[in-house]
Amino acid sequence: MKHTDQSRLQKYVLRLGDNGLILGQQVSAWCGHAPALEEDIAFANVALDLIGQATNWLNYAAQLSTEKTTADKLAFLRDEREFSNVLLVEYPNTDFAHSLMRQFLFDCWHYPMLQALSVSQDKTIADIAQKSIKEVAYHLERSTDLVIRLGGGTEESHKRMQDTLNVLWRFTGELCTADELDTHMMEGGIGPDLTAVDEVFQNHIQKVLPLAMLVLPETALMRSGGKAGIHSEAMGPLLAEMQYLQRAHPEASW
Amino acid sequence: MIAPCKNLPSNELIWDWLSAVPDPEIPVISVVDLGIVRGVSWEEDVLCVDITPTYSGCPATGVIALDIEMALLKKGLETVKIRSVLSPAWTTAWISEQGRRKLQDYGIVPPAEGDTCAGMISLTGAKAAKINCPRCDSSDIERISQFGSTPCKASYRCKNCREPFDYFKAL
Repeated sequence: MKHTDQSRLQKYVLRLGDNGLILGQQVSAWCGHAPALEEDIAFANVALDLIGQATNWLNYAAQLSTEKTTADKLAFLRDEREFSNVLLVEYPNTDFAHSLMRQFLFDCWHYPMLQALSVSQDKTIADIAQKSIKEVAYHLERSTDLVIRLGGGTEESHKRMQDTLNVLWRFTGELCTADELDTHMMEGGIGPDLTAVDEVFQNHIQKVLPLAMLVLPETALMRSGGKAGIHSEAMGPLLAEMQYLQRAHPEASW
Repeated sequence: MIAPCKNLPSNELIWDWLSAVPDPEIPVISVVDLGIVRGVSWEEDVLCVDITPTYSGCPATGVIALDIEMALLKKGLETVKIRSVLSPAWTTAWISEQGRRKLQDYGIVPPAEGDTCAGMISLTGAKAAKINCPRCDSSDIERISQFGSTPCKASYRCKNCREPFDYFKAL
């Protein structure tokens, strides 16, 4: 593999890993705090899956790196600008409605994304995607189920789900908008055509929202930047918490 | 120079040994019954055991690798290499018949065909999985949560005998 190709592939794999890592970190914060025991356990399980998947992606990114590095170093010693996760996953937990809607929107995209990556020309990417998609099928089931139940629940739960959809929808444009790296990977048969992923994403949302008695906001100014390392103000505190131990005690291990 | 003759145990014997290594979370079932061990082979006199994680983030994976290594070292092997393989991805279809029986007897319903999520069933028209209470065999059950005490299980309750139970999710 040419040097430039390998470094672009590494960048792309990091991007796949960063989404799971950052969302996993956020979701894990619900452990011990969710409104019901079952939801607490469910969110902890989802976080575990996402962090496990991120470990697989970051291990591969470390292998592809020209410098000697590890998945742990990539997770705990990179700075904000080097993270390429989408803005949606770094949106703060705020409350249960926000965290659940964020999960639902992410799952709706994550599933078709992994479906497409399962047939990647890159064998390791395909292997990790084929493994992850089985887990993500359960995430999508759960978040779909809960969005329908809470959207169609009480007046209060409906209002909170609608409010959070209005806030979070503007972070979904970035998910399926291809940048130069996405396009390059698609042309090489490594990454998906994001317009096809978008179609599945929109279809699922269009099917679920009427059942949940929710509607998309009429106008939304789509935000983007995460893929390029331009993050929202939530990212700094998030990383400070996630990376604290390795920054304070470099090389600390179990 | 002629290499010294070594009496390496047969692969069959090694599979027997591995069949006695319990899963750390569900000790009634062995790592072989769960389908985690994918192969054993020799590199010179180093035994290589290929294992595959059940769920990507399952915390038991590290413990399982250690348990397998310890069990084999106890049998007198000197060097054991545990290799993790991701592909093909683990599926609950690899749980042996014996494993399914042991799960059922232990009170964990083994994976069934079909969907277990009411929302998705109504959305996709998927076939609902048939799950009966492991204690009283009633089909009058309800799902409490798709996620349970370990990544591989969902939580259910029997409306007939009122007992909660675990279901091993199909993956």
